[in-house]
Amino acid sequence: MSGRRRELPTPPADRARALAEALSEKGLVPDGFLDAVRRTAEELWSPHNGARVVARAWVDPDYRKRLLEDGTRACAELGYSGPQGEYIVVLEDTPDVHNVIVCTQCSCTAWPVLGLPPDWYKSPEYRARVVKEPRRVLREMGLDLPESVSIRVWDTSAETRYMVLPLRPAGTEDWSEDQLARLVSREAMIGVARVAVRHT
Amino acid sequence: MDGIHDLGGMSGFGSVDVEPDEPVFHESWEGLTFALNALGLGAVKAYNADEYRHSVERMDPAHYLAATYYERMLTGVATLFVEKGVVSPDVLEARAGGRFPLSRRIAERPVVDLRPQLEARFAIGDRVVVCDMHPAGHTRVPRYVRGKRGVVVHVAPTFSFPDAAAHGLARREEHTYHVEFAARELWSDAAGSHEAVIVDLWDSYLEPT
Repeated sequence: MSGRRRELPTPPADRARALAEALSEKGLVPDGFLDAVRRTAEELWSPHNGARVVARAWVDPDYRKRLLEDGTRACAELGYSGPQGEYIVVLEDTPDVHNVIVCTQCSCTAWPVLGLPPDWYKSPEYRARVVKEPRRVLREMGLDLPESVSIRVWDTSAETRYMVLPLRPAGTEDWSEDQLARLVSREAMIGVARVAVRHT
Repeated sequence: MDGIHDLGGMSGFGSVDVEPDEPVFHESWEGLTFALNALGLGAVKAYNADEYRHSVERMDPAHYLAATYYERMLTGVATLFVEKGVVSPDVLEARAGGRFPLSRRIAERPVVDLRPQLEARFAIGDRVVVCDMHPAGHTRVPRYVRGKRGVVVHVAPTFSFPDAAAHGLARREEHTYHVEFAARELWSDAAGSHEAVIVDLWDSYLEPT
């Protein structure tokens, strides 16, 4: 920063409250608006939605085909649409190709199916490194891909919002769609983790 | 702008730490900040999403890196409400009880004059090169692909051109393309041979090659 020492900023909680009060004072905040937005973000946009999309694609070949052809429409079929879900493209993993998503310049994400992005996705560490050294970053995060598997890193630099369709784990052939959905994490749909059967 | 937000490929950063069972918001002011941005973008329409992104990009670089995501959002949103004349910095600091840092001003000549491309010029399989440009204002071309050669792998619909929308210029719609770059084109031979980066780019950012 500049050479002179400056007073530290007040805590962000105080700044957020100050801005909210100043806008309320101007009559710009409709009753209930702020709480409604917060509730939508916490309850409606969830990676559980994306997990249901993935599970459906694993059990229903026709749905899988529709999902890969038109992700936006196929997600909306299950009720998942809205802001940051206007144009969804689904990326299909195969045994030879692994997909991983990032937004290097901000933190764009498909909210209706992935939820608001987690802190690690928004961190400078992830945004700086995954485009340049994806294999190492994934290995550090616990996903060790053999050199024979090619890695495709998708930078969310415009209006497309991506979701990864991960590989269905072996040994789940007789599982129900609900059971499968419970296996699918947000990290798997971003492409930094595998879907694994948890042995208890 | 060649700003701190354009992080792709920058060296020196450490490990990525995943928090198990992370909540949507860690503290209530984060949810409040998200909602205030929704107010500015939607209910009040004080600014658009491109202006919002640029407002965050204009943060002091040291503050940008030190701040959490929602502190960056708060700084960007407050800056826009000030710049649009809705609230004053003095009122914000008085109410906050101390310093309330805002982003730096928009550059004097923020936009590079790119010819509008209202019809799709490219199709899947076309080879393209990315304009090597350095606008002082908002753009969505990451530095790490400027001047680089790639191949179109997907044609997306038309969307509002952000470099114009962020700076109050006439709205124009252009197709975006998913352009695949071999890792070695971007990062030299040090990169893996089985790696590629796909970047979503507006038509006028590209030229045929």
